[in-house]
Amino acid sequence: MTLESLGWWGVPLAVLGGAIRVGTPFLFVSLGECITEKSGRINLGLEGILVMGAMAGYGISHATGNPWLGVLGAAGAGVALGLLHGLLCSLPRVNDIAVGIALMLFGTGLAFFLGKPYVQPKAPTLPAISLGAWSASPQVRAALEVNPLFLLGLALAILLAWAFRHTRWGLVVRMVGDSADAARAMGHRIRAVRTLATAAGGGLAGIGGSFLSLYYPGSWSEGLSSGQGLMAVALVIFARWQPLSCFWAALLFGGAGSLGPALQSVGVTTGYYLFNAAPYVVTLAIMIATCSPRRTLAGAPGELSITRNA
Amino acid sequence: MTARAASVRRAAEALTIPIGALAAALALFGVFMAALQHNPLEVYALIYRGAFASAFSWQNTLARAAPLILTALCVALPAQAGLMVIGGEGALVLGGLAAAVTGRLLAGAPTGTVIPAMAAAGMLAGALWIMLAGTLRQYRGVNETISSLLLTYIAIALFNHLVEGPLRDPASLNKPSTAPIGEASMLGMLPGLDVHWGLAYGLVACLAAYVLVRHTTHGFAVRIVGGNAQAARLAGLPVNALVLVTCALGGAAAGLAGMVEVAAVHGSANASLIAGYGYAGILVAFIARQSPLAIVPVAVLVGGISASGGMLQRRLDLPDATVLVLQGLAFVVVLASETMYGRLNPFRSPRA
Repeated sequence: MTLESLGWWGVPLAVLGGAIRVGTPFLFVSLGECITEKSGRINLGLEGILVMGAMAGYGISHATGNPWLGVLGAAGAGVALGLLHGLLCSLPRVNDIAVGIALMLFGTGLAFFLGKPYVQPKAPTLPAISLGAWSASPQVRAALEVNPLFLLGLALAILLAWAFRHTRWGLVVRMVGDSADAARAMGHRIRAVRTLATAAGGGLAGIGGSFLSLYYPGSWSEGLSSGQGLMAVALVIFARWQPLSCFWAALLFGGAGSLGPALQSVGVTTGYYLFNAAPYVVTLAIMIATCSPRRTLAGAPGELSITRNA
Repeated sequence: MTARAASVRRAAEALTIPIGALAAALALFGVFMAALQHNPLEVYALIYRGAFASAFSWQNTLARAAPLILTALCVALPAQAGLMVIGGEGALVLGGLAAAVTGRLLAGAPTGTVIPAMAAAGMLAGALWIMLAGTLRQYRGVNETISSLLLTYIAIALFNHLVEGPLRDPASLNKPSTAPIGEASMLGMLPGLDVHWGLAYGLVACLAAYVLVRHTTHGFAVRIVGGNAQAARLAGLPVNALVLVTCALGGAAAGLAGMVEVAAVHGSANASLIAGYGYAGILVAFIARQSPLAIVPVAVLVGGISASGGMLQRRLDLPDATVLVLQGLAFVVVLASETMYGRLNPFRSPRA
């Protein structure tokens, strides 16, 4: 993508386009983590699930020639790993944060192992919808090339926000996450609800991973993800466990993530690595700004271990 | 029932369950290999040969165990105070960079001053880095697991920026590196062994950590904080200071690992330093159940598994990530085995 003709104006435009492109995986992972955390558990292993989803999606797309089957397969791989996390954490005395760390290492290791044959070959990738066809400027058109998965993620955020308020299963998940005692008294099966919520969260994280390998950057390599899954966990805290806020937060993180490449494309190459660290710095700064040592965060599920203060 | 019998029973349980879990992980790995048309027995034999069968493989294993011991302490020490810090990789990378720069600045000075100065610089860099995660948790309520991993990504970006920019040795063409510290400042080999001094650093650090945690009032206070910070605060313990000191010690250990890698293996700071020792150290600490003494044998075992990776690659044409799969499986199974404590009949006290 060249931005010479627009000069410095190309930077905000590229950041906007990048926010959508880079933000889509954040959106899916954070919505998945939102479901899991609403049920009272935290899955730090979404980073591993994301990488596994990216590998599975690419591999299946390569084998079948249909990228959408790849997305489906990635979701399946994510559900399987999420289920593993959910079932292990249902055992007494097993800590969800520790299992998440283990899953992060296991998921990446397994993806690197199984993905070795797919580093070289080219797999069919997902198509894009051009929302910028009205513009004569190629830069504007490039920025508004939107992947259907982004729109699906937006619809999902709206659906989840509605479902958490107005459907039976939404209320059950929230009750299990806010007070296990109350949910038990009402006769709900806490471990089953949490396990299913973690499996669903894993499935969405898997889809987020398939976006990485099948659309942007659109290939499979071992350096494909560097902490997007983990940042999405922080993003959920920032979004106060609200699916719609997750959508805006994902765009913000995506914008931060595309700052480095955008500046590089207008010729700013000094400090390239530092600009690439921007998303991590933004995540950390946001966590510092939103967390507090004195009170539990507003909107936090009551059973969540990560927000309980020591 | 005597207290002694109970403690023997507990010790036997603490040994049996992790060993059983590791055996189960190996068995699962065998099933995985068999599913991919590899003979599991052949794979086991190759792992053993690559890790422990010859003097050469032992050297390779112990050279990998040295940094693992130190990065595992970066998890195990904060764990005593109830923190789950997983940012050892960042502390290692920055510690290695600080050591390389110090070694370069002092090039030509007597070895007796250069090596301690490099070690001090590495430990200081690591300590400050992990203390940052501790500070954010104590004073801002930021979860230390997430912040320490974010800090790792930031540390690696900072490292790459400095090594490929301001600190780059113009002579390093293909692989950007800092200027070499020079042959004279390198860590030598342990007498009688072909393993560098880093292993001794690790052993001493583990011993010191054990004494600190188990046999000093500071360690006792830290463990109270880890057990119940609220109670510790009510009892008048300086909770924040205890947590920060513990984080600093853990970070110093990981920073020292970076110094060892620079001064004993690479000779300068470059991308080879980012080798995943920080992440494997998390696994070591969890298998050792955060006990400083148990870290040593576990690090040798995990170091051996990673040392056998090359052999698996050459003989069976397996990808280099094979050892990551085995390590990940071991991690998952060991955590699942936590649920077995207090549930196995032979280890139960007769009364219960």
